[in-house]
Amino acid sequence: MIRRLVYVILLLLSASPVFAVNPDEVLADPALEARARALSAQLRCMVCQNQSIDDSNAELAKDLRVLVRERIAAGDSDEAVIDYVVSRYGEFVLLKPRLETKTLLLWGAPIVLLAAGVAVMIVSARRRSGRATGTPLSPEEQARLDAVLRNSE
Amino acid sequence: MIIELGHYALVLALGVSVLQAIMPVFGAARGDRALMEIGTVAAKATFLLVALSFGVLTYAHVTSDFSVQNVWENSHSQIPLIYKFSGVWGNHEGSMLLWMLILTFFSALVAVFGHNLPDTLKANVLAVQAWIASAFSLFILLTSNPFNRLVDVPGEGRDLNPVLQDIGLAIHPPLLYLGYVGFSVCFSFAVAALIEGRIDAAWARWVRPWTLAAWTSLTAGIAMGSYWAYYELGWGGWWFWDPVENASFIPWLAGTALLHSALVMEKREALKIWTVLLAILTFSMSLLGTFLVRSGVLTSVHAFATDPTRGVFILVILILFIGGAFSLFAFRAAHLKAGGLFSPISREGALVLNNLILTTAAATVLTGTLYPLVLEALTGSKISVGAPFFNMTFGLLMLPLLLAVPFGPLLAWKRGDLLGAGQRLFAAVAIGLVAGCAIYYAQHGGPIMALAGLVLGAYMIAGSLTELFLRSGIGRVAGSAAIRRLAGLPRSVFGTALAHIGLGVTLIGIVAVTAFETEHIVEMKPGMTADAGGYTLRFDGLRDGKGPNYTEQSGHFSVMRAGVVVTEMWSSKRLYTARRMPTTEAGIKTFGLSQLYVSLGDGMADGGVVVRIWWKPMILCIWGGALVMMMGGAVSLSDRRLRIGAPSRARKQKRPVLEPAQ
Repeated sequence: MIRRLVYVILLLLSASPVFAVNPDEVLADPALEARARALSAQLRCMVCQNQSIDDSNAELAKDLRVLVRERIAAGDSDEAVIDYVVSRYGEFVLLKPRLETKTLLLWGAPIVLLAAGVAVMIVSARRRSGRATGTPLSPEEQARLDAVLRNSE
Repeated sequence: MIIELGHYALVLALGVSVLQAIMPVFGAARGDRALMEIGTVAAKATFLLVALSFGVLTYAHVTSDFSVQNVWENSHSQIPLIYKFSGVWGNHEGSMLLWMLILTFFSALVAVFGHNLPDTLKANVLAVQAWIASAFSLFILLTSNPFNRLVDVPGEGRDLNPVLQDIGLAIHPPLLYLGYVGFSVCFSFAVAALIEGRIDAAWARWVRPWTLAAWTSLTAGIAMGSYWAYYELGWGGWWFWDPVENASFIPWLAGTALLHSALVMEKREALKIWTVLLAILTFSMSLLGTFLVRSGVLTSVHAFATDPTRGVFILVILILFIGGAFSLFAFRAAHLKAGGLFSPISREGALVLNNLILTTAAATVLTGTLYPLVLEALTGSKISVGAPFFNMTFGLLMLPLLLAVPFGPLLAWKRGDLLGAGQRLFAAVAIGLVAGCAIYYAQHGGPIMALAGLVLGAYMIAGSLTELFLRSGIGRVAGSAAIRRLAGLPRSVFGTALAHIGLGVTLIGIVAVTAFETEHIVEMKPGMTADAGGYTLRFDGLRDGKGPNYTEQSGHFSVMRAGVVVTEMWSSKRLYTARRMPTTEAGIKTFGLSQLYVSLGDGMADGGVVVRIWWKPMILCIWGGALVMMMGGAVSLSDRRLRIGAPSRARKQKRPVLEPAQ
């Protein structure tokens, strides 16, 4: 429900519900266009809330889409396009941040947590295996057990 | 006058909550039944008071009483009745009141159905529920009062947000809140167990139905929200990894883990400490979600800083409850004795793996959601964490879990036989391969990862059925005997199988849509056609229309197959007059499990219009799978053992008895 409010803000930013990608932006070569779409999904619409330029209908997103397509048409590789966009707009534009000092914790979190979980499991399993559990038999129960075992012999 | 009555009822609810928060704890500590009984009565009373208060707000909305600020800001005299009704929680204040209503509803349920709980446990659970209720009613009254009046009564309201004017608003938030507020009961049980310093298998059996109920509602709420976003937003996405979505998804992941660890605890008395911790964690994530959504911190850190009253208030609640519960845990967890032994390869081991991966996944989503906020607050540097990050990390984490799902139920408790389980799953793997390839072939190929995903999904479905087959002995014993055995299986076995099948179905839907979806962005003039998913769409023209509070422009499309018109569809753009806000009403047609999705864009100068056409193959599997998962939850909830209630504890607990003086 609340998510909707976020989109409302987006919608308010644009004058009318135009589409994200418009026919006039599309590259003629389907292979290049596919690359452009894939790259667009990785880039953030700077004025939006958590939306890629591929999904957004904001004016700025359109400019970025056109820019990406220009670079691709000029023969840039995917990395070169991304580098170019980052050099102009900063790291904020990347929806999947690069691994560097300030994102170390972000990328490391899943690995560290998983490793920590496994370590805790191993340690607790070791500790558990060395210890008897459950309630020990009471003397009467032990006597009955002995009787049963004797009878079965 | 009626409005003030609602306001007053809420204040009274706060008062009663405070009583409920204090008295039963003393009662439990001293063994005073009368004091403990206050909890039961107060819980029912608080629920009735909050319900009255909620009823009054609803009345104000339905009668369009614009002297109430909340109604004026979020309603309009012309909107259909259903939106006046659902508009009650389509805003901050109202949705917090709904939150309270559901919280006190669960407390009242514990009060009514908890008669087989030990007195002290019940008293403490109700007290903890009341701590939460007191904190949140104070929050509503001090910072988000829906009963504020306006001195100059406006003649017309400012309308409910057009995007919210949908049947989805009537269903989605209540379900979502039933889910993540429902986990408060698990939290209260955990805290009560820590206060008592004692926990056993019976405790797990009491906690399980609450967890199941909350989990089932949350599953429904999330799936419903996803479908709503899909048809309402007009670009055909169904999951955005939006922080607000994550806020409900993190408790779901933690709750799923809790569901499984409570099972181990109930059956084998193992993982006690972990289960308690997980129960605390799950509701903590719900509280955190409430903070994220309600404080405005998501919109921007700066917006939060300029008007921090609400945010800081919830933050304080958050710190008190999460911090308090964890401190209590740290002090008391050592008192809880660890239980049964098991080897790594066993049912318990499989459930531990489930817990490990699900909690790591929850933590990963949490980190990704909070990281940009924390980084900006600490260092000022701005980064984005979006769908590509979550798809990659979450996807990698889920892969081993999904592979392991069919193995879990086939492994024996204590010490299992992995090879044996593997052999029994042989047929499932084979069926998975064949079915996966068949779907792949029917969709005319695609990336090889898609094939792997489809095989995995089909294998999960077949693997989940394997347990039912094996336990009923289909193929080994006579047909009638097998059916009798199948009918005699505990409901929870069916619940497990259904939930796991649902997961497989959802996976197939996700893979199929991601890999085989087609999209066409074309400029169309009347009479022009476009192809999608084997159908041909002919654009017939635009028509202007008018609704109660909006104007719209609709495009008519004829859907043809092999030159014959099979159906027609409308796709519209609306402009809501009160807020001058545009929305898209996508045209959606269902063909089996797949859908044709048509969205209308801008008109061109030459009379054409931009149209976006998607073919969404097998997309209904995504939500259909969630539906099957919910059915699994419901079936499991109807298990006889849970319905009849938990057994009495093995040893009758001794209460201090006052001996009459000689």
